[in-house]
Amino acid sequence: MDQITFILDVMLPAFSNGLLMTLTLIAITAPIGFLLGVAIACGRVYGGKGLSWLMQLYTIFFRGCPLLLLLFILYFGLPSVGIIFTPFVASVLGFIFCNSAYNSEYVRGAILSVKEGQLIAAKALGMTKGQAILNIVLPQALRRSIPGISNEFIYLIKYSSLAYMITLVELTGASKLIATKYFAYNETFFAVAIVYLALVTVTTFGANALEKKYAVPG
Amino acid sequence: MALSILIDWFPYLFSGIVLTLGLVASALIIGVGIGLPMALGQVYGSLAIRTLISIYVWFFRGLPVLVLLFLFYFGIFPALKLDLPAFYVGAVVLGLWGAAYQSQVFRGAIQSISEGQMTAARSLGMSRFQAIKSIILPQAMRIALPGWSNQYPEILTESSICYAIGVAELLTRSSQIVSQTYVTMPIYMACAIIFILLSYAGTSGIHFIEKKIAIPGFGPGEA
Repeated sequence: MDQITFILDVMLPAFSNGLLMTLTLIAITAPIGFLLGVAIACGRVYGGKGLSWLMQLYTIFFRGCPLLLLLFILYFGLPSVGIIFTPFVASVLGFIFCNSAYNSEYVRGAILSVKEGQLIAAKALGMTKGQAILNIVLPQALRRSIPGISNEFIYLIKYSSLAYMITLVELTGASKLIATKYFAYNETFFAVAIVYLALVTVTTFGANALEKKYAVPG
Repeated sequence: MALSILIDWFPYLFSGIVLTLGLVASALIIGVGIGLPMALGQVYGSLAIRTLISIYVWFFRGLPVLVLLFLFYFGIFPALKLDLPAFYVGAVVLGLWGAAYQSQVFRGAIQSISEGQMTAARSLGMSRFQAIKSIILPQAMRIALPGWSNQYPEILTESSICYAIGVAELLTRSSQIVSQTYVTMPIYMACAIIFILLSYAGTSGIHFIEKKIAIPGFGPGEA
């Protein structure tokens, strides 16, 4: 087949559908993963012994367990105990668990880097512990965790490709299907590589700009 | 019931552990073998070399491991008429991918050694190569070790993606056992626990080496 018609008629529609799926996965996962990560970090630092231990177990498990295995557990494993997810829901859940576990480590590090005296001072001014965390500690801590979290966001773009392994056709899946159907492996995978590189590069610039914008002067 | 199945299949699973560790080891070895020269090239090389290495790093860090595996296993290797077994493809791809990350760890460490040391070594009559080998690297490698060892758990978890090209590593074998025995959750959970233990054991081992080779008064943060 002619190269140009192959690119225009086959690759372009399939890739744009795949890209849409990839972006949907990211758009749902990233905010939830971020908020959950912050909550877990707060639980680990400020929670009681039981909660803190539970949160630590969460991070150990979801950081140690390979994401692909986690997706298998959610998609192939859970139906055996009566819980059935669609590939999309299983992927989103897997990504959220993984993303939030890593994010929580960055946020926890940042929270611990804010001096404890600030919390005491805030309480002395009459704030409750919750108010102090929300208004004093977190605004500083979250700024410091931007590099880590944006790094994790870039990882999310890349590991969203694993959703294909549980039959969800996103960008990588779309390219694999075309490559196999038309027996054009090199062309298709290089093309999809360019799409991923573009996504990651644009995100890197965005993350750097964000970091600069929210940097604390001095 | 699940436990007896797990015990029956353990030898099969164990070969998977060996293959997984083989993938990780080759990724780390290739990673150092290519990553360290790349780091040196990025710090001391000419503009052309620096640009080439930056492009390499950008390419391998910007792509999902799954896409890299597909690209090499279905695309590049067959096009080069190289008919390698999946394990070797997985090992090479993880190695090239790991080298991109590890080169940045080494580069940071080399750049953290103050430039005056190079000048001093040169003024003592050492060649550039001698100075790098005897002055810069012994210090830089010690600084790089914590960052480098952080790569281990990451490579370990990413090695499971070699499932996609059919390497019979831990995850692949677990899935095979699942489809043979129809026992799902216990097998997958056992697999997850093995991964977590491997990650923990490796990290502790590397911390031990770190302590062993540390020079007193020259630990991280003291340099």
